[in-house]
Amino acid sequence: MTDQRSQAEIVRQSLKQRYRKERRFRAYGIAAIAVALAALVILFADIIGKGYAGFMKTTLTLDVQLDGEMMYLDDASDERQLKMADFVEPLVQALIKEVPSATESDRDAVRDLINPYASVTLRDALKANPEWLNTTRTMTFLAHTDVDVYVKHAGDEAYSIKLSEQQQAWVDQLQEQGVVETSFNDVFFENGDSRDPSKAGILGAVVGSLLTMFVTLILSFPIGVAAAIYLEEFAPQNKLTDFIEVNINNLAAVPSIIFGLLGLAVFINLFGMPRSVPVVGGLVLTLMTLPTIIISSRAAIKSVPPSIREAAEGIGASKMQVVLHHVLPLAMPGMLTGSIIGMAQALGETAPLLLIGMVAFIVDVPDGFFDSATVLPVQVFLWAGSPELAFIERASAAIMVLLTFLISMNALAIWMRKRLERRW
Amino acid sequence: MNTLNTTVTSEADMPDENVVPVQDEKPAETVIEEGKTVGRPFADDAKFKLRNVEVFYGEDRAIKNISLDIARNEVIAFIGPSGCGKSTFLRCLNRMNDSIDICRVKGSLQLDEQDIYDPKRDVVELRARVGMVFQKPNPFPKSIYDNVAYGPRIHGLANRKSDLDDIVENSLRKAGLWDEVKDRLDATATGMSGGQQQRLCIARAIAVSPEVVLMDEPCSALDPIATAKVEELIAELSESYTIVIVTHSMQQAARVSHRTAYFHLGHLVEVNETNKVFTSPEHQLTESYITGRFG
Repeated sequence: MTDQRSQAEIVRQSLKQRYRKERRFRAYGIAAIAVALAALVILFADIIGKGYAGFMKTTLTLDVQLDGEMMYLDDASDERQLKMADFVEPLVQALIKEVPSATESDRDAVRDLINPYASVTLRDALKANPEWLNTTRTMTFLAHTDVDVYVKHAGDEAYSIKLSEQQQAWVDQLQEQGVVETSFNDVFFENGDSRDPSKAGILGAVVGSLLTMFVTLILSFPIGVAAAIYLEEFAPQNKLTDFIEVNINNLAAVPSIIFGLLGLAVFINLFGMPRSVPVVGGLVLTLMTLPTIIISSRAAIKSVPPSIREAAEGIGASKMQVVLHHVLPLAMPGMLTGSIIGMAQALGETAPLLLIGMVAFIVDVPDGFFDSATVLPVQVFLWAGSPELAFIERASAAIMVLLTFLISMNALAIWMRKRLERRW
Repeated sequence: MNTLNTTVTSEADMPDENVVPVQDEKPAETVIEEGKTVGRPFADDAKFKLRNVEVFYGEDRAIKNISLDIARNEVIAFIGPSGCGKSTFLRCLNRMNDSIDICRVKGSLQLDEQDIYDPKRDVVELRARVGMVFQKPNPFPKSIYDNVAYGPRIHGLANRKSDLDDIVENSLRKAGLWDEVKDRLDATATGMSGGQQQRLCIARAIAVSPEVVLMDEPCSALDPIATAKVEELIAELSESYTIVIVTHSMQQAARVSHRTAYFHLGHLVEVNETNKVFTSPEHQLTESYITGRFG
């Protein structure tokens, strides 16, 4: 009896220790997750804090008097006259009218509040509507980047305000009058890159990314899946197959910049393909994504239960029929998930694209696979390295757009897996 | 011909759950002579003619010089302790071992006087004639209809939808499943109970009108009621098919089979009429096994 009791005592004591250990272990886990979450929160807070301003633009709403005499223009439908005409003067005059304290001698200071591209906007409007000549129109123009920075970041020490005190006073006054306003930055989504931050947008980079991703997808998915099926189902078990397998696994760990160098050496120098184009970008990213897709597809094929294979073989299905009718449909969700994650990786890739020249300053939105283009992460890289602070907030805004793409791709992968997964 | 001594101890192996173990008797020391099978291994009207069959897994000899005839329209049961090679031997009959790289089969295996392992022989055609039902029910994750229709479809047995419908209905009727599933043929097969799934697998196997149905422990994953249904089904099927069944349950072998073959460590020890095997076994090892001295 006593023996038994003491044994129970020992067990109870060791239990206490066991529970303590368990609690400690759980605490470590929670701490690790807390650190990870904190890092994530800091990252998002920083990006959003810096980037939200990138989604805002500062505009001037002016009553522009389109005086033909002032603009040296008497026929707005004449291309040549439009080219020669002065579209800055009406804007300056309209703005001076809004600022009573400004005189004709402050003309240059007033002009510097208006975006250099505002005159182009005015010319295009007049070209589209020649009958507007010699009338007065209320129109909205982009403000100068310096005004934009002042309106958004006055009082922020990180930003240097380039406006003079007089100009600052005017802008304050104009804001009260409702002439200077901030609104949603549609320019950011409708334009390509620009030297002027207010005019710069991500459309060029987004289209470039989509074209590059399209090339990557149509090349890497079929090649990757075919390679995985062959290796998993048909390849004989020999030294050569082992060698190929080991190398595919190694390729998945090769730094992406190496693939960029390879692309530069092979596609551009050897095959003479053009620089900076989505086709070459897509080819390079295909090389980079293939190992990921092959590995995940093979895992998906392996996870198809052998009983299904046996069942099909037992009825007399040929190898090809077993693969096409049973293995492939069951492995497809896993393959798609792997491919989407591979594509998301490729979408965020910068280094290899720098080497094949997709880092060029390209203003136009690309309109084909052989048109010079850049991609979103490279655009972020370009803007983040810019000395002009107004570009930094646009870089953050572009990061948010990029993250939105990545998160939606991952969400799509999860949804597909849930949707297509069949149970057996 | 070499002989080997086999000592079998009752403690080493788990006794069969269906048989009351006899523990106080001394283990029997028995000699198996390789290639020699007592009883009646040969038949006049042989569907399968198997002579000197040997199966190797790499260096390991899993089946040791077995000769056996399987008669037309008979039900033959393979029994024996775990790992004795009965499933391996069964799988040779429709070359299911082909997909295992290290597996080699030697000897002469003939189905209707034609060599099964002839390199020129089309394994797809063989398997259409020799169907198989597996230990675990393994329906495809498709509808009930598609499961049964799969075989006829890939072999092109039905040209029209109505023909296919007939085949599906007939197969499900033969498998005794039609009344249970006729209203939900489009329902997914994996949602059925284990017993229904196994009968569906049998329906799927007989949908391609095979001549032989191989069953590898078809009831080991089923409850007694489902087992009874499958056994009933086997009895009915035996009228038109040759059936080879591997089983761990001796009652089952006794209930469904005409002849019983006892395997031991890769040897075929004894083959005889089922009631003879269970009432008056000729070989010492067979007797030890069926009386539950080891399992």
